[in-house]
Parts: sequence; C-alpha cells; structure tokens
Amino acid sequence: MAHQEIIFAGFGGQGILSMGKFLAYAGMDENLNVSWLPSYGPEMRGGTANCSVILTNEDIGSPLVTDATTVVVMNRPSLDKFEHAIVPGGLLIMDSDLVNRESERKDIDVIKIPAQTVAEEVGSKKIANMVLLGAFVEKTGIVPMKALLKALKEHGKEQFYELNKRALERGAEYARK
Amino acid sequence: MAVIFEPTKALLDVPTHYCPGCTHGIIHRLVGEALEELGILDRTVGVAPVGCAVLAYDYFACDMHEAAHGRAPAVATGIKRALPDNIVFTYQGDGDLAAIGTAEIVHAAARGEKITTIFVNNAIYGMTGGQMAPTTLPGQVTETSPYGRNIETQGYPVRVSEMISTLDGAVYVERVSVDTPGNVFKAKKAIKKAFELQTKGAGFTMVEVLSICPTNWGLSPVEALKWLRDNMIPYYPLGVKKDTIGEVK
Amino acid sequence: MAEKVLMKGNEAIGEAAIHAGCQCFFGYPITPQTEVAAYMARKMPKIGRVFLQAESEVAAINMVYGAAGSGVRVMTSSSSPGISLKAEGISYIAGAELPCVIVNIVRGGPGLGSIQPAQSDYFQATKGGGHGDYRLVVFAPSSVQEMVDLIQDAFDVADIYRNPVMVMGDGMLGQMMEPVEFKERPKREIPSKDSWAATGLHGRKQHHVINSLYLQPEKLEEHNKKLSKKYAEIEKNEVRYETYNCEGEVDLVVAAYGTVSRIVKNAIKILEKEGIKVGLIRPITLWPFPKKAFEEVTGRTKHGFISVELSEGQMVEDVMLSVKGRKPVYFYGRSGGMVPTPAEIAGRIRAIVGGEK
Ligand SMILES: Cc1ncc(C[n+]2csc(CCOP(=O)(O)OP(=O)(O)O)c2C)c(N)n1
Ligand code: SF4
Repeated sequence: MAHQEIIFAGFGGQGILSMGKFLAYAGMDENLNVSWLPSYGPEMRGGTANCSVILTNEDIGSPLVTDATTVVVMNRPSLDKFEHAIVPGGLLIMDSDLVNRESERKDIDVIKIPAQTVAEEVGSKKIANMVLLGAFVEKTGIVPMKALLKALKEHGKEQFYELNKRALERGAEYARK
Repeated sequence: MAVIFEPTKALLDVPTHYCPGCTHGIIHRLVGEALEELGILDRTVGVAPVGCAVLAYDYFACDMHEAAHGRAPAVATGIKRALPDNIVFTYQGDGDLAAIGTAEIVHAAARGEKITTIFVNNAIYGMTGGQMAPTTLPGQVTETSPYGRNIETQGYPVRVSEMISTLDGAVYVERVSVDTPGNVFKAKKAIKKAFELQTKGAGFTMVEVLSICPTNWGLSPVEALKWLRDNMIPYYPLGVKKDTIGEVK
Repeated sequence: MAEKVLMKGNEAIGEAAIHAGCQCFFGYPITPQTEVAAYMARKMPKIGRVFLQAESEVAAINMVYGAAGSGVRVMTSSSSPGISLKAEGISYIAGAELPCVIVNIVRGGPGLGSIQPAQSDYFQATKGGGHGDYRLVVFAPSSVQEMVDLIQDAFDVADIYRNPVMVMGDGMLGQMMEPVEFKERPKREIPSKDSWAATGLHGRKQHHVINSLYLQPEKLEEHNKKLSKKYAEIEKNEVRYETYNCEGEVDLVVAAYGTVSRIVKNAIKILEKEGIKVGLIRPITLWPFPKKAFEEVTGRTKHGFISVELSEGQMVEDVMLSVKGRKPVYFYGRSGGMVPTPAEIAGRIRAIVGGEK
C-alpha cells in the first residue's frame, strides 16, 4: 500500500511549497491520488510557510495533514511546531544546518542532512529543498526517482534541472546511509 | 535611509508585520510624531483601513477603530460627530480609499468633515498579493493586469489629491513622498500641518503619501524607491494641491 | 479521456467557467479567492472574453446584473465580506430572474474575521443574505474535481431556471491543488434567452425590460408566487447529495458538506475499527436541502444525527427540520478558521454513541 501524508515546513522563500508541488506532480503521474494544501495568509511574508501533501492509493479524506507519516523541516520553529504531528514509526527529515536541536522523539526515524552545505557544494543554497526531497523519495519509495525527475523537467525551470537533479541524488545518498 | 527616528510615544513598542523595507512603517512614524508633537495623542481616535495597514490599530498608541474595507471616512465621520472635540484620522491605502471607498472619501471631503486622511498610495493592492489598484500606472504589471495595465480596457489611474481638491469642503490637500530623507522631512511637515488645521476646526484635510511595495512590485527596497521616483512622481506630481487657509498660526 | 492536470481550486474555478462558456467575469480581490480573478485576468483576454476588476464587490455584482440581463453567461467570485456587499445585487438579480454564477470561497467571520477556511456563511447563502422572498441554488463541492463539475453545472442550472446559483467552497478548497479533468458534463436543454434578454430591439416589436420593481401589491405578490413555483420546481428536480456508509443499521449519521465531509470520512474509518458504524450524508446542494436523505435513515440510526461544521451551528438547523424531532440531533463545530482533526470528530461521536449527550 502506498500512503504518505507529509508536512513540508520552513521559512518563506526556501522552496517549501514547490517541494510539495513537484512531489504531487510525480504522484499524479504514478496514478496515485494526490492533494497539496499550502498554508496561506500574511504569515507567509518573510515568515513561515508549510504545505500538506498526500500521496496514496486510497481515497483522500482531509487534505490537511494532522497525523503525518513524514515531516520535513527547514527551520527550528517548524520542528517545534510539527515534531509531534508525526505518527509513531514515522519519518522526520531535517536540515541540520538550520535546525539547531535534536529531535525529542524516540519512536520515529530521523534523517539529518546538512542540506545547506550539500546544496552549496552542488551549486546553490537555493536547492537545499531538493536535497531533502531526494532523501524523502529515496527513503520512502513513495514514487520512483524518475517520476520526480520527470515532474521537475515538466514543471520546473529548465535551467535548474541539472542542478536540481544532482541535489536530489545527493539527498538520496544520505537516505541510503 | 539616513533619517534616524527617535522613538515616539504615539507608536507602541511592538514589532510590525510590514515587509522589510516597506515605507508604511515610516509613514506610521510620521503620523505618530505629528500627534505627539502637537500634544493631541490623548484625544485622538484613528481609523485603520483594510489593507496592509489593517493592523495599525495594534501600532498606534491612541484609541483606534477598525473599519470595513473603504469605509474609514464614514466611520471617522461617525466618531467626529459623536466626539467633536476629538482629533480623528483615517489611514488608508489606494485600494481602500480610491476603489471600494471612493464614495466615502469623496463625501467626507464634500461635507468638509473635520477629519484628517493619510492616504498611502503604493500603486498596488499590497495585502491581497499585488493586484491592480486604481492608482496602478498605465502598463504596470500586476496580478490582475498580467499584460500591463491596459488603459483601453482597464482605464486610467486616479489622481486622488487633484480630484479631492475640487471639493469645497476640502481645505488642505498635499501630495508628498517618502523616497528620500528630504521628502520624508516634507511629508512630516505636511502631516503635521493637516492635524494642526484639524485642531483649529478647519475642514477636511488629506495628505497623500507616495509609498513603495517592494514585495509586490518584485523589487528590492532600494530599486523600489527608484521606481517610485522615476515612475510615480511624474504621474503624481508632489506638492500642495489645495490650501485655503495658508500658514497655521 | 480528458487529461488530468494538477490545479489549485481557485484556478480550476476559472478554467471550469471558461469551459462552461462564461463570457464575462467581474471580480474584486479578496483572500482566499483572489487567484480566481488573477486566472481570469490571464486567460479571458486571450480568448476574446471579458475580465474586469471592478472598484468594489458592489460594482462587480451590478456588472454581473448588467451582463446577465444582456443574455450572456457571467460569473463573479469573492469571499465572505465581499459576498455581504454583493447581497443587494443578488437580491435584484433574483428578483429580475437573471441567470448568473456567484462563487463564495468562505473565510471566518463575522466582520473582517479571518482569512482561514470556514463554513459560517451557510445562513447567508441558504436563508437570504439579501432582502426579499428569493432563493439561491447553492452548490457545495468537496474536492477540486467536484468544484470543476459543479461550476459547469451551475451555469446550466442558472440558465434553466433563470436564477442565480452560488457555488460555495471554503478557503481550503480554494487554495489546495488536486488533479482534475475537464470532462464533458451531461447535456441539459438550455432555454433560449431571446424572449427576455435586453439586447436592443433589432426589429423586435416588444421591448424587454430587466426589472424587479412592482409598485402594485397585487403585481408583486403575483411575481413572488411565480418565483415560489419556480423554487418548488427546483426543490423537486435539483437536490443533490452523497450518502456514505449509510446502509443498514447505523450507530450515528453525520451531516457534513464541503471539505469537512472529507475529514468526517477519515473519522468514520477510525471508528469503523472500533466497531462503531457511522454514516455520512453530504449535501451537495445546500439549497435545496436534501431532506429526503435524512428521512430515509431516520429509522435506522440508533443515536440520531450530528452536524459537523466549520461554524458555530448553522446547517444543524436544516438537519433538525429534516429529522422533525424523531431522533436526537447533535452538533460539533470549529470556527474562526480552526479545522477539526479526524480524531477530534471521532472523539465527539464516540462520546455520543457511548451515551454521553
Ligand atoms: C469587502 C472586502 N473586499 C475585499 C477585501 C480584501 N482586501 C483586503 S486588503 C485589500 C486591498 C488593499 O490594498 P490597498 O488599499 O491599496 O492597501 P495596501 O495593502 O497596498 O497597503 C483588499 C481588496 C476585504 N477585506 N473586504
Ligand atoms: S505587501 Fe507591500 S505594502 Fe504590504 S507590507 Fe509588504 S511591502 Fe508593504
């Protein structure tokens, strides 16, 4: 059974919403039911941003994820806010360059990636989100990596494709460790 | 910007929600300083708009009202008529004042309502994410004029100060800008004068302030200030549009 | 088969309207539905149709009145405070018997309220909003796909009955993305507008007047009776609803519409594992309200009904009217932009089934 309910969270401008979008596109191409719901409102201005994404072969009930199978965080406030939304046995992926504490949860898998550093090695800090997304897809196998690459090709900016691809691969390596 | 502001008692010591570099903050401060320097903070009631300044009621230390979108001049009229000895002002954006609230501002001015309006013209709807405003310039790209404002189908920008100046009830109308320290200084003078006239029981007073919206213009604050200078000021010339009273003694 | 595309609810509204032949769109920005206007601003001029941002919602709805009276398909969209301003115009449009589609992407109220999702405009949509004896047909989709389908159907229903139709979603539905297909909708017979539209005489002998003024009481009453007959017809023909898990004996039946019904489905699954059988009636038309659906299960539901809403209790009154006191009717709601979790809803239901009233 394929089923993932994910919360992506961080600051506005980190590409939080687009991570979720690319994943949703990939899920749709794989014939999964998908939904994507952003946080919206004034808090988005320079503040925090998050989105709920669901990929499943069941019917989608609430598009708002409250019991997440995975949470991906790119700052400390997001970890504080969503750490406890993860179901037991679930997955937490964090950018350890930006989140300056350990997870308190003992009943979940935690993957820590210095995503800023890795992204910079690849070519730009802006693609740290893709490093984390690569780790997520590799770890959960919710969609094949090639479906995600296809989504990037069709819906992302052409000039970033190669860069994004390498960022995804680097992230995937962390998930295999 | 080189202007250093002393904290004013008229503004509460709280962080605002404005975007980095947004000039709403400067304009708040100018209003606050005018109220404090004139010693009227105690008897002032302000009316906040619906727009980016919607939370102004949390920032000004005087009593505040929140109004429905565009209705601030009507709310202010109610306050002033109920409490004629009070100083009453509205703080409104261009969508609030010049689109949905056109009737209210025109009639408050026509009645010579003894209130002061601070009109913040940033040529766009900031709060809702950058749609076309009545003051959006011809050719300007916004969310709802994605191919540039087309005057054939979307009409011409409204020069509010010039329009309000034609009304006999308006006694003082000036357009200022906050793009340079010099202009900020002039803006302060104009705002203070408007409030001072109100304390003297003169009629309707309004100061239009050209302001920037770096977020929705898609520019850095510095580029935005330049854009204001190069594009807005030529269309919206600065200066006194009407002054039936002259120097306040 | 039509191609599936991933679309935001608000943009799908625009695209669906274009598919339905909407000629004119008049709007005014307001969160959380502004993307409808932005989408129309991009698309409509490209296909030679009209997008216009009005100076206010009051103006926008009166532009709709003018275009509808001219016999074209026309739509406007807004969110709660904007719909309040449109109320006057809606009353005139209903009075003049003009077809149009009005979208409300509901946010928290009253007053300026919040911009987060809510269902607190149920009374406004179904019980009036504007003045006078009129009815709006109100569609309440629960997914982006259903939004697309119902927007297209809304234009048909509006034309068939010469009545405004409202499509009501909440902020979540406007903002979320889901895959959608723009499928052919079932074809319905659409009456010609030639007999009433004010398009210029062009040789016609009888002039057409778009109007809702009847100074003589007899005439206005006659007009109201005619409208009532039409509304009765709509109640007979246009009721839509979904039932879920309502077969046989059930412990409790939930009434929920829009996105909330989806959260309820999750709650039902939680309770199923505990051996509690909960059904769902999901009104798709909020007016006309699916009273029959409730009558049908009244005898089979052990503990009665519960209305779950993003409000302090509005649709629950229609549930009570439908159940007619034969079974208890409970209520659970969150408001102000708060959205209940499946566990929360399940908890409330568990308590009722466990004997707590
Ligand atoms: C009746 C109503 N219509 C629309 C809105 C949505 N709305 C909120 S702020 C705003 C426009 C703000 O623009 P402006 O007045 O130019 O102020 P700015 O945000 O640029 O400072 C709109 C349309 C509303 N709150 N109420
Ligand atoms: S959106 Fe524009 S007007 Fe509003 S706070 Fe940001 S910069 Fe200022």
